[in-house]
Amino acid sequence: MINALGRPQSVLLLGGTSEIGMAIVDRYLDPHPLRVVLAGRPSPRLDAAAALLADRGAIVETVEFNATDESSHQDTLKQIFAAGDIDLAIVAFGVLADQQAAADPALAAHLATVNFTAAVSVGVILARAMRNQGHGVIVALSSVAGERPRPTNFVYGATKAGMTAFYDGLADSLIGSGVRVVVVRAGHVRTRMTAHLPDPPLATTPHAVASAITDAVWRGHHIVWAPRSTQLIAWIIRHIPRRVLRRLPY
Amino acid sequence: MQSKLLTGWGRTAPTRAHVLVDADDETLAAAVRQAGARGLLARGAGRAYGDAGQNAGGLIANMSHRTRITNLDVVRGIVTAEAGVTINGLLRSAVPLGWCLPVIPGTGYATVGGAIAADVHGKNHSHRGSFGSHIVEFDLLTASGKVKTVTPQNEPEVFWATVGGMGLTGIVLRVTMRLIPVRTAWMRVIRRRVAGFNELLTRLDAAAGQDDHTVAWVDLSGCRIRGVVSHATHAETTDLPARYRSNPLSYHATRPLPGLPVSAPLLVSPKVASAANSTRYALTPPVTYEVQPLSAFCFPLDRMDSWNRVYGRRGFLQYQFVVPEDALETLRASITILKAGHVGAPLAVLKRLGPGNAGLLSFPAHGWTLAADLAVSPTLAPVLDRLDQLVAKAGGRVYLAKDARLSTAAMADMYPRLPDFRVIRRELDPAGVFVSDLARRLSL
Repeated sequence: MINALGRPQSVLLLGGTSEIGMAIVDRYLDPHPLRVVLAGRPSPRLDAAAALLADRGAIVETVEFNATDESSHQDTLKQIFAAGDIDLAIVAFGVLADQQAAADPALAAHLATVNFTAAVSVGVILARAMRNQGHGVIVALSSVAGERPRPTNFVYGATKAGMTAFYDGLADSLIGSGVRVVVVRAGHVRTRMTAHLPDPPLATTPHAVASAITDAVWRGHHIVWAPRSTQLIAWIIRHIPRRVLRRLPY
Repeated sequence: MQSKLLTGWGRTAPTRAHVLVDADDETLAAAVRQAGARGLLARGAGRAYGDAGQNAGGLIANMSHRTRITNLDVVRGIVTAEAGVTINGLLRSAVPLGWCLPVIPGTGYATVGGAIAADVHGKNHSHRGSFGSHIVEFDLLTASGKVKTVTPQNEPEVFWATVGGMGLTGIVLRVTMRLIPVRTAWMRVIRRRVAGFNELLTRLDAAAGQDDHTVAWVDLSGCRIRGVVSHATHAETTDLPARYRSNPLSYHATRPLPGLPVSAPLLVSPKVASAANSTRYALTPPVTYEVQPLSAFCFPLDRMDSWNRVYGRRGFLQYQFVVPEDALETLRASITILKAGHVGAPLAVLKRLGPGNAGLLSFPAHGWTLAADLAVSPTLAPVLDRLDQLVAKAGGRVYLAKDARLSTAAMADMYPRLPDFRVIRRELDPAGVFVSDLARRLSL
């Protein structure tokens, strides 16, 4: 159960090696015991994440989860919820690719499958499971790139736009059910996923994003802009005429 | 059946449950037999501060419509009432006949069933013990769907697991309990303004008579510990104002003032809380003598409807703990922690408790109990975790009826009889039909 001070007892991290996801779990660790389910593709990195959390006193389980295999989502999640309530679920899986996706149909479809289709499938299943348990919070890690897709990353942006739209709608559909959805519009976060990219202005860290998210979970906010300034940036970008937007370097 | 978002009195951590209203014994028994995986829980007035009266995703049997007093023996002073009768309702019927509840909790709106589940105590615990000590018998609807009459003699295990058992052993349907005789519906109250920690404790300890109600309101916001100690005894007819003497037993229930229509964070800021406390202290004369209606003395907060809204939309919690008599250092340290800086407790109450009873999860124990209302915020978490450690180390415990954030580890340290409770609960309810958010959170 999430207690009166906004602290969950069990967390499900879908995309078990996500740095933002791990940073969120980290903030909930001390000093109460926390059950953490790391769902992801089996890999040394997943094992390392599990070992790290176990070292810090968490009760960790790892579950094999493949975002691209939607038919398996149902069974995987059912099995996770059968083992006990999940207070907080973080939808943290995603892939990033830039312009080359626009030229590579297979890569573009892969992006759409992981970032959108799988996120939708998981969202529907999580919402139903949490509705049944009468409480819970779903944190969806989307991106500010979805606010207005730009020429440099519109495939990724389009998938995140879809994800944002879906989880915003899901949030509203769950009002009164005891289940809340927090949709995170993250700006550029320095993680593995973005390591190959140069740092743009206003880049932030997984820990800063996690802090904004745990604060929103506590306050009952539905939308998180991380860093906060991205809200203003997104507003401006939404209002830039297309002719100007397509000439911008970012 | 409606589906509803429910919280405790502290208005924190809402969860959704299906609510069964107006159920008679048969409907309840059927609901128990058909309870699904998320279980069932009886809920009275919803006056537990935390999640004790919530059952996320499951069924809540609302008992508050079961308000019949089926028998009141005016010769022996024994009353039989349905579990949904409120403390106020019981007093309203019994006091005019010259009988009063031996244990009166801090609100008249709590139900008798809830009073058993939390084994509530009053301001006279040193002499009278807690609510469960005055129960003759109760009818318990168990997980099998059958009703059994439980007395402390015929089934002591079930009895003492249910008293203080937070509703996890079954549904209490009817209660028979002993009353005490009174001559008036009034209390003679002496209030003294006291400054200093030791002075407060000495004054609280000075309770003399059998029916002394003693309580101290403590100002935790000033630099020095100070407060107002109230001593009260049942008044005699001669004490009453002249116009009430002809009918001394007429019970005046508290008539609440309208509260806030919406929640507003009026008492959240420590500065405001501190100013309010200082004003209250300054306005209290050094000593006052007063004769007050029973309800006005016992239920001071019932004077305002929905007073829980003054803590704003996010709600509040009450941290109440008891430490043994000799753990004065722990008590002092806890007060220092609560006083320190950013916490800001708008309301704190200190009481003396007498020896506890055999209730496996019953809260009262011989010593001092402090209750502090705190507006919730994540910054409270480390502070209260530290207090938990201090309290557990001193052999004390936190009150489950007020709790909304205790950890399983601290729970196990504070309630050494929890393993026994688990055994009895598993025997009575092997499938785990009766469950609450509190039980889930603390793995009861």
